[in-house]
Amino acid sequence: MISEQLVDLSRLQFAATAMYHFLFVPLTLGMVWLLVIMESVYVMTGNVVWKDMTRFWGKLFGINFALGVTTGITLEFQFGTNWAYYSHYVGDIFGAPLAIEGLMAFFLESTMIGLFFFGWDRLSKTQHLMVTILMAVGTNLSALWILIANGWMQNPVGAEFSFETMRMEMTDFWAVLFNPDAQAKFVHTVSAGYVTGAMFVLSISSWYLLKGRDIEFAKRSFRVAAAFGLASVLSVIVLGDESGYTVGEAQQTKMAALEAMWETEPAPAGLKLIAGINEAEQKNDWEIEIPWVMGLIGTRSVSQQIPGIHEIKAKNRERIQSGIHAVTALEALRANRDDAAAKALFEQHKADLGFGLLLKKYVVDVRQATPEMIQQAVDSTVPRVTPMFWTFRLMVGLGFLMLALFGLAFWSSLKLECAKRPWLLKWALWMLPAPWIACELGWYVAEYGRQPWTIYGVLPTHLSVSTLSVGSLYGSLAGFIGFYTLLLVVEMVLMVKFARLGPGSLGTGRYEHEPVHHTVQHA
Amino acid sequence: MFDYETLKLIWWLLVGVLLIGFAIMDGHDMGVGTLLPFVGQSDIERRVVINTVGPHWDGNQVWFITGGGAIFAAWPLVYATAFSGFYWAMLAVLWALFFRPVGFDYRSKIHNATWRSTWDWGLFVGGFVPPVIFGVAFGNLLQGVPFQFDNYLISTYTGTFWQLLNPFALLAGVVSSAMITLQGGAYLAHRTEGVVQARAIKGAVGAALVMVLGFVAAGIWLQGIAGYRISSVIDPSALPNPMGKTVVREAGAWMANYAAQPLLWLLPASGVAGALLAALQLWRRRTLSAFVASSLAIVGVIGTAGASMFPFVMPSSSQPAASLTVWDSVSSHLTLAIMFWATLLFMPLIVLYTSWAYRVMRGKVTAAYVRENEHGAY
Ligand code: HDD
Ligand code: HEM
Ligand code: HEM
Repeated sequence: MISEQLVDLSRLQFAATAMYHFLFVPLTLGMVWLLVIMESVYVMTGNVVWKDMTRFWGKLFGINFALGVTTGITLEFQFGTNWAYYSHYVGDIFGAPLAIEGLMAFFLESTMIGLFFFGWDRLSKTQHLMVTILMAVGTNLSALWILIANGWMQNPVGAEFSFETMRMEMTDFWAVLFNPDAQAKFVHTVSAGYVTGAMFVLSISSWYLLKGRDIEFAKRSFRVAAAFGLASVLSVIVLGDESGYTVGEAQQTKMAALEAMWETEPAPAGLKLIAGINEAEQKNDWEIEIPWVMGLIGTRSVSQQIPGIHEIKAKNRERIQSGIHAVTALEALRANRDDAAAKALFEQHKADLGFGLLLKKYVVDVRQATPEMIQQAVDSTVPRVTPMFWTFRLMVGLGFLMLALFGLAFWSSLKLECAKRPWLLKWALWMLPAPWIACELGWYVAEYGRQPWTIYGVLPTHLSVSTLSVGSLYGSLAGFIGFYTLLLVVEMVLMVKFARLGPGSLGTGRYEHEPVHHTVQHA
Repeated sequence: MFDYETLKLIWWLLVGVLLIGFAIMDGHDMGVGTLLPFVGQSDIERRVVINTVGPHWDGNQVWFITGGGAIFAAWPLVYATAFSGFYWAMLAVLWALFFRPVGFDYRSKIHNATWRSTWDWGLFVGGFVPPVIFGVAFGNLLQGVPFQFDNYLISTYTGTFWQLLNPFALLAGVVSSAMITLQGGAYLAHRTEGVVQARAIKGAVGAALVMVLGFVAAGIWLQGIAGYRISSVIDPSALPNPMGKTVVREAGAWMANYAAQPLLWLLPASGVAGALLAALQLWRRRTLSAFVASSLAIVGVIGTAGASMFPFVMPSSSQPAASLTVWDSVSSHLTLAIMFWATLLFMPLIVLYTSWAYRVMRGKVTAAYVRENEHGAY
C-alpha cells in the first residue's frame, strides 16, 4: 500500500511549488495589459513619458517574469516526477491542454518578451506595440489552457474510463474545452491577476507621490492603475465564478464546506457571515447570517437548493458501496478481459469506480473493507470545514477592501487630486500584499476544497502519487525550499532596488535618482 | 482521418522532431552557456556572449517545455514512468535550469564583480548540466531501465540514481555535451567577432572532435550491448497495453533496423559528417553554414538513437514485457489526432515568428552595442 507520508509529502511539495509559482503569475497576467495600455498611449500621443512608463514598469515586469518562468518549468514536469499514476490515468485528457499551452501560448509570450526588451531600437513604434500586445495575448492564453486542465480536475467532463487501457480516455474534446468550470475559473483567475498588476503599480506610484518625486510619471501611472484596477476588481467580484457553482459536484461539496452548511437548507439559503464551527459534532454552535449579501456575491444559489454536508455524505456512502463492486469487477476484468459476468457488473457500477478506489487508502482488497473504513472514507469526501470557511471569507473580505480602495483611487484620480490625499496613498501602499494573499487563499479554497480527489469523483489523491521513497521526497522538498527561498530573496532585492531607483533607472536623464554610472542612452 | 497505427508512427516522428528542435534551438543557448566562462574573459566580453542569446533564450526554452507537454499528451506512460523513475536526474535538470532565467535577467542589473561572476557560473551550470543528463538518460534507455508495472499499471522503478551513471551512459553524456557545445560555439561564432569569435571557434572545433570520437566509440560499444526485440505478434492498431506482449533481450537487436532498412545508415553518417563539416566551415569562418552543418549533426545523432531503438522508447531491463514502445504507451486515437492537428497548425506559426525575431535582432553583437544599451541589454 502507498505510504501516507509519501502522499502527504507529495501534496506538500506540489502545494508549495504551485503556490510559489502563483506569486509571480498574477503580476505577469495583470502588468502585461498595463504595459499594453501605456504603450498604446505613447504610440497615439507620442508623449515620451508614456514610453518611459512602459519601459520602467516593463523592467519590474521582467524581474518578476524571470521567476514566473523558472517556477513554471518545475510544475510542467512535476506531474511526471511526483504524480506518475495520475499522469498515466488522466494524461490522455490532461496532457492535451498542457501541450497546446506550450504550442499556442508559451512560444508566443516567450518569443515576444525577447523583442519587447531588445526591440525598442529595431522595430517601428507600431511594430513594437504589436509585440507587446502579442506578449499579452500569449500570457493570457497560457492561463486559459492551464485552467482548462485545472477545471477538468474539478469537473471531469468529456472523458470515460477504459478498463482495457486502465485509464480515462477523451471522448469529447469540445466538452473539455468549453467546460463551464474551466471558463468560470479562467475569468476569475485572470481578473485576479489584473487586480494584482493594478495594485502593484498603484502602490508603488503612491509611494513616489508620498515622497513627492517623479510626480508627472507617478500620477499618470496611478491613474491608469486605478482605472484598470477598479474594472478588474469588479470583474473578480461580480463575474467571478458565478457559473462555477451550479455545475459539477465538486463545487457543491466545496460550497457546502465553505458555507459551513451541515444541513440542506431551503432555498434561497442565507449567507453566513461568520460562524462558530464545531467539527467534532458536525454543526455550528452559532452563526450570523446576512441574507442580502448572498445576492451580491452568490446569485447562483438564490434559486437553487444547495445540498448540505450530511446529505452529500449520505449520497457518497451509497456510491462507495457501489464502488466496491466496480473495483472488484475491474480486478476480475484485468485478470481476464473476456469475463462476461465481470464486465456486466463493471458496466453497472462503473460510475462509482472512483468512490471504490477511495477505500484503497485503507485496505488492499476493497471487499475486506470494514464498516469503520467505509465510515472513514465517507468522512473524507468532504474537506474540513473550518479552513475552507475562513480562507474563503478572508479572500472575499480582501476583495471588498480592494474594491473600496480602487473606487476611491479612481474617484480621486478623476478629480486629479490623488496627490493631495496622503491617507489614500498610504492606504494604497499598505494594501500591496492584499491581492497576493487573496490569490493564494483562492487556490487553497479551490485545491484543498477538491480533496480527497485529484480528479473529482474519479481518482483519489492518495492513488495519484509516484512510487518514490519518502527519503527522496524529503530531499527534493528540502531542495525546492532552499532554492526557492534563495531566489525569492534575490528577486526581492532587485525589485526593491529598482522600485526605489524609479524611472531614473532607465538612464534617460529625465528623472530623479539617475544612476551614476550612466552612459550614452537614446530615448 | 488517419488510422491509429499511422498516428502512432506520426507521433514517434513528431516527438523526434520536438527533441531535435529542442537540441537545435535551446541547444545553442545551452552551448553558449557552456562556453560562456571560457570564451568571455572580461565582463564586457561576457556580456557580448550573453547578449547573442539574450532576446531568444526564453522562446527557445519553450522547445523543452513543449517537448515535455507533448510527451505527456502523446505518450503519457512514458512521461509518467521516465520522469518518476529518473527522479533525481530530472530534478538535477530542473534545478540547473533555474539558473538560466534569473541568470540572464539579473546578472547585469547589479554592478558587482562577484555577483556577476556567480551568475556567469550559474549560466554555465544551466547550459552544461542538462545536455549531459539527457545524454546519460539516452545511454540508459539503450541499455534498458529497471522498472515494472502491477495490475493497475502503477509503475515502480527499482534502480538507484547512481546506477544511471554507468560507463556507457557517461560516454553518451559526453557525446551529448560535446554536440551541444559545438552547436553553441557555431552560433556564437556567427554572432560575434574578434577575439570572442576566435575563442568560440576554438571551443567548437574541439567539441566537434570529441563528439565524433565519442559517437563512433559509442557505436562500436553498442554492438556488445544486448538490445530488445518484441517476440510476440505485434498488432500496431490495438488498444495500448504495455503488458500485452513478450520481449526478449539479445545481442545485436539494436542493429536489426539498420539491416532491414539500409537507408537508416544515413543517420549515423550525417552525425559524423555534419560535425566534421561544421568544424571545417568554422575553421574557414563560414559561420552560417557551420551552424547548419552542426544542426545536421544533431539530426543524425538523435535520429540514430531513435532508429536503433524503434519501436522501443523505454525498455525495461527487469521486466522486459513491460517495456514501453510506440505501439503500447500512447494516448487514445482521438487525443493523438487532436494533438497532431494542433501541432500541424502551430508549429509553422512558431517557426515563422521565431525566424522573424532572429531577423529583427540579426547582426554581430559587439562591445559597442552592449555599452550603448547599458540599460536595455543584459
Ligand atoms: C492562471 C495562470 C497560470 C496558472 C494557474 C499556471 N501558470 Fe504557469 N505561467 C503562467 C500562468 C499560469 C504565465 C502567466 O504564463 C507565466 C507566469 C509568469 C510567466 O513568466 O509566465 C507562466 C509560466 C510558466 C512556464 C514557463 C513558460 C515560459 O517559459 O514562458 C511553465 C512551463 C508553466 N508556467 C507551467 C505551469 C504549470 C504546469 C502549471 C500548473 C500546475 C501552471 N504553470 C500554473
Ligand atoms: C498556480 C496556481 C495553483 C496553486 C496555488 C495551487 C495550489 C495547490 C494546493 C494548495 C494544493 C494542495 C491541496 C492539498 O493537498 O490540500 C494543490 C494540489 C494539487 N494541484 Fe494545485 N494549485 C495551482 C494550480 C494547479 C493547476 C493549474 C493544476 C493542474 C493543472 C493543479 C493540480 C494539482 C495537483 C495534481 C495537486 C496534487 C494533488 C492534490 O493534493 O490535490 N494545481 N495545489
Ligand atoms: C469578493 C468576492 C470573491 C468571491 C465570491 C470569490 C470566490 C471564489 C471561489 C468560490 C473560489 C473557488 C473556485 C473553485 O474552487 O473552483 C475562488 C478561487 C480563487 N479566487 Fe476568489 N473570490 C473573490 C475574490 C477574490 C479576489 C479579490 C482574488 C484575488 C485578487 C481572488 C483570487 C482567487 C484565485 C486566484 C482563486 C483560485 C482559482 C480558481 O479556482 O478560480 N478571489 N474564488
